[in-house]
Amino acid sequence: MVFSIAGWSGFFVMGVELLSGRILAPTFGSGIYVWGGIITVFMLALSVGYLAGGRLSLHRPTLRRLALLLMLAAAATAPVALFNEPVLDWLFGVVRDPRYGTLVSATLLFFIPTAICGMVSPYAVRLLVSEYRQSGQVAGLLYFVSTLGSAAGTLITSFYLVLWLDVDQILWGLAGVSVLLGAGGVAMRERHGQVA
Amino acid sequence: MARWHSAAALALVLLAAPAARADTVVHTERSLYRQILVYDDDELRCMRFTKQTGGRQSCIDRAHPRRVVFDYVKMMLSALAVNPAPRSILIVGLGGGTLVDVLERALPDADIDVAEIDPAVVRVATQYFGLRTSPRVHVHEEDGRVYVKHALREGKRYDLVMLDAFDHEYIPEHLLTQEFLREVKGLLAPGGLVAANTFSSSRLYDHESATYASVFGAFYNVKASNRVIIARPDGLPDAAALKGGAARVQPLLAPFDVDPARFVEHFDTKPDWRTDARVLTDKYSPSNLLNAPGRP
Repeated sequence: MVFSIAGWSGFFVMGVELLSGRILAPTFGSGIYVWGGIITVFMLALSVGYLAGGRLSLHRPTLRRLALLLMLAAAATAPVALFNEPVLDWLFGVVRDPRYGTLVSATLLFFIPTAICGMVSPYAVRLLVSEYRQSGQVAGLLYFVSTLGSAAGTLITSFYLVLWLDVDQILWGLAGVSVLLGAGGVAMRERHGQVA
Repeated sequence: MARWHSAAALALVLLAAPAARADTVVHTERSLYRQILVYDDDELRCMRFTKQTGGRQSCIDRAHPRRVVFDYVKMMLSALAVNPAPRSILIVGLGGGTLVDVLERALPDADIDVAEIDPAVVRVATQYFGLRTSPRVHVHEEDGRVYVKHALREGKRYDLVMLDAFDHEYIPEHLLTQEFLREVKGLLAPGGLVAANTFSSSRLYDHESATYASVFGAFYNVKASNRVIIARPDGLPDAAALKGGAARVQPLLAPFDVDPARFVEHFDTKPDWRTDARVLTDKYSPSNLLNAPGRP
C-alpha cells in the first residue's frame, strides 16, 4: 500500500505538471519561459515538501496519515480545476511580463498540492524502514517506484489522456484516484492497526 | 563487407548529389525554439526549421526578391479582395517576413503589427530576407496569444488579422482553440477579416474546421498544397463583389506576382469536413496528436 501511494503520488505530480502547461498557455503563451517557470515552481514545491514530509515523519508515523496526505493533495488540486481561469485572468492584468506571470500563477495554483505530494516520499520511507542497515535499500526502492510512477504519469497524460479528455476531466480524474487510493490506505489501517 | 557498405553509401551520396549540391547553407542557428536553417538553391533563398527537406518555412526569389514564391502566401494576400484597403493589420508569426513586406509596400496607409515569439526569427528575417524597418511596421517579440490578449485589453482593433504561426511540423496548440479565435474575433474592427494559414491534415482538418465554424460561422476555405481560411464575422461578399474586390487590388499586388483573381475563384464556403467533429478548446487541444501522420 505504501508503495502504491508513493507510485501514484509520482504519477499525480507529473500529470498535474503537464496539465499546468496547458492551463497557463492561453494566458502566458507557450514560450520556453513558461515551462521554465512551471518546472521551477514544481521543483521548489517538491523540495519544500520533502523537508516537511521528513519533519512530519518524526511524530508517530502511520499509514493513515500517509493516505491522508494523498487525499489532501487531491483536495488542494480542486481549486486549480475550479478557479484557474479567474486567477489567470486577474494575474494577466497585474503582471505584464509573462515570465513573472508564469512564476506567480504556477506558485499560486500548483505550489500547495505539489508540496503535499513531495511530503509523501520521505514519509513513506519512514514507514517502510524497520532496520537501520536497510534504510538505503528501502529509500532506493521507494524512489524507484515513485519515479516510475512519474514516468508513467508523464507518458500517459501527454500521449493519451489529453487526446481523450479535457484538462478539467483529467484533473478531476487524477484527484479522484488519489481520494480512492487514500481511502484504501485509511481502510487498511483499520484492518491491520498501526503500521511501522 | 564493411567496404561493400561504404561503396554502396558512396554510390547513394553520388546519386543524391545533384540535389544536394544545389543547396548551400547560408546560415544556421539554434534558437530558443528550434533550429533555423537558411539556404540557397539555384533560384531561391529559404528558411527552414527542420533538418528534413521539404519543410520550407519561407522563401524568396533571389533574382526577383519581390516575387511571392508560395501559393499559400498568395492565397492569404487574396483576402484583400474581401477588404481591399485595411488600415490596421496584425500578423501572427513572422517567418521570412514575406507577408509583412508585401503588405507594407502594397498598402502605404496601413499600420502593421507583427507578433513573433522567436527573436532569432526576427534577426534572421532582417539579415537574410531583407525585412526592412519601417515606421509603419512594429514587430513584437512575444507569443501570439499573449499579444492578442494584451491588444484586446488595450482596445486595439484591426481590419485584417493574419495567422501564420503554424508549420507542418508543429502547431502551437493554444493558437488553435475556440477561445483564441474568439479573442481574435474580438480584435476585429467592423468589417474586419481573418486569414489563417493552416497545415492541418488527417483528423485535425475536421476539428480545425469545426472550431473555426463555431466562432465565425461560414468561412472561405481555400485549398492548394496548404489550406487558408478566410473569415469575416460581418458576412462574406457574394461572388460578384469578390471579383470586383480582386480587380481593385490586382494592380496593388501585381508587382509581387500575385493575381487574386486566380484565387478568389476557389473561395469556397461549402463544408467538406465532418461537422460533428469535436471543437478544439483551451481545455481540449491535442492538435499535434490529431495532426500526426498515419492517424486515420
